[in-house]
Amino acid sequence: MTVPILSVKNLNVRFDSKSIIENLSFDIQKGEVMAIIGPNGAGKTVLFRALLGLIPSDGRIEWPKNIKIGYVPQKLAVDEDLPLSVMEFLRFKGASDEEIYEALEAVGFLKGHDFLRSRLGNVSGGEFQRIMIAYALINHPDILLFDEPTAGVDIGGEETIYSLLERLHQKENLTILLITHDLNIIYRYAKKALCLNREKVCFGVPKEVLSPEILEKLYGAKIGVYEHNGEHTH
Amino acid sequence: MNIMENILTNQTLFISLVVGLFVGAASGYLGSVMVLKRLALVGDALSHVALPGIGIALLLEINPFVGAFAALFIGTLLVWGIERITTVPVEAIVGIIFSVSLAVGLLVTPEPELLEALFGDISAVSPIDGILAVALSVLVVAAMMAIKRKMLLGIVSEDFAKAQNIKIGVLNLLFLILVAIVVALGVKVVVTLLMGSLVIIPAAASKNIARSFSTYGILSLILGAISAVGGILAAGWLNFAPGPLVVLASAAIFLATFAFRSGRA
Repeated sequence: MTVPILSVKNLNVRFDSKSIIENLSFDIQKGEVMAIIGPNGAGKTVLFRALLGLIPSDGRIEWPKNIKIGYVPQKLAVDEDLPLSVMEFLRFKGASDEEIYEALEAVGFLKGHDFLRSRLGNVSGGEFQRIMIAYALINHPDILLFDEPTAGVDIGGEETIYSLLERLHQKENLTILLITHDLNIIYRYAKKALCLNREKVCFGVPKEVLSPEILEKLYGAKIGVYEHNGEHTH
Repeated sequence: MNIMENILTNQTLFISLVVGLFVGAASGYLGSVMVLKRLALVGDALSHVALPGIGIALLLEINPFVGAFAALFIGTLLVWGIERITTVPVEAIVGIIFSVSLAVGLLVTPEPELLEALFGDISAVSPIDGILAVALSVLVVAAMMAIKRKMLLGIVSEDFAKAQNIKIGVLNLLFLILVAIVVALGVKVVVTLLMGSLVIIPAAASKNIARSFSTYGILSLILGAISAVGGILAAGWLNFAPGPLVVLASAAIFLATFAFRSGRA
């Protein structure tokens, strides 16, 4: 057994007196793609922020020394009239322009592209998501934490956000942690799934652990994505 | 040229213009980040905090700038500290501190000096004060250049900044100290009660035009300098007090930039 790239043991996160994550433990190996699923308010984004050390937590979060983590947050509220160009934003990472162009190329932008000079708040949703991924990819991270990629955004050509992630995964053996609700995506791309609803509800190979019973427990009602199309309760 | 001759032979006007140029530039530059941090009105309110400092300095017969800066420094420290330990919104904290300061200022400032403290007068700047003002303005701009990118990353995403080990709390404190310096300097150029405008208006004007952060910062600096110099020159020409004209000059520039804004795609 190799040493995991991330090992979480008995993680607890509380806000004031409210418990958000309880006794969460799991490991990820290098090169794995893991999906984190759970209802709204289940603590998925909080888990990411705890893993990044942005919020205080109890328990153990073990990363290898000098690990480079890329983080793509769910959304950023960038004012439309914020005077900040796309290129200036990417330079915040402190890397050379060559490295920035390399990251841009990985997400399908060509060097000298006109929009690098436009305001960050003025680009389209798909462009914005790609810029955020490029930002995370600068410095060649070992692991990418991606909070809910927006399915269906046009990122140019035939490519979707997921095929883009798959390509990066293949090419750089990038470990990817993904928050998503989309079961089809999970079956197709993720090697492991972690179901989270304050505590760990399931963990393992998606096809094996995502049973209708688990999904019902997770979302509190039968959902119609799986084989057993139960009645919707609202 | 008549005006040039006048500037070069009239020492008071010359000092006023040089001080106005540098302080206006520093205010505009600092204001660019204040506007983005949504602290525009904090700068305005803080200018009132200078008053008790000026009053006490006049009572003790020390340099009013020192008094203004000391009061502003304590005021900004209070704002920063209270913001960190409570959940009271910054604007409420600033509102309270600012009105208390104004009340204290009105009480302690000797009446003959009150008018000067409230309305300032750049034509009363001594050569030594002028050199101090220029040096401090340069210092403020240099310090701001060093921290502006980190601050802006914190504005775009606090998480990104934290993930890159940027100490936002420390940067904010440093920034507030720079604001205190600039406001204390600006009290001489425009009047205490109008200082906020020298910080806000040039930045708001260049925000109308600039698409990139580098253009925005430089443009705020230039427009701040033009407003101050233009206002002081107009004041000399029309025989008015310079403060209000500096504000009006910057407001005119702001209006002019609206044409660019509406014309932008």
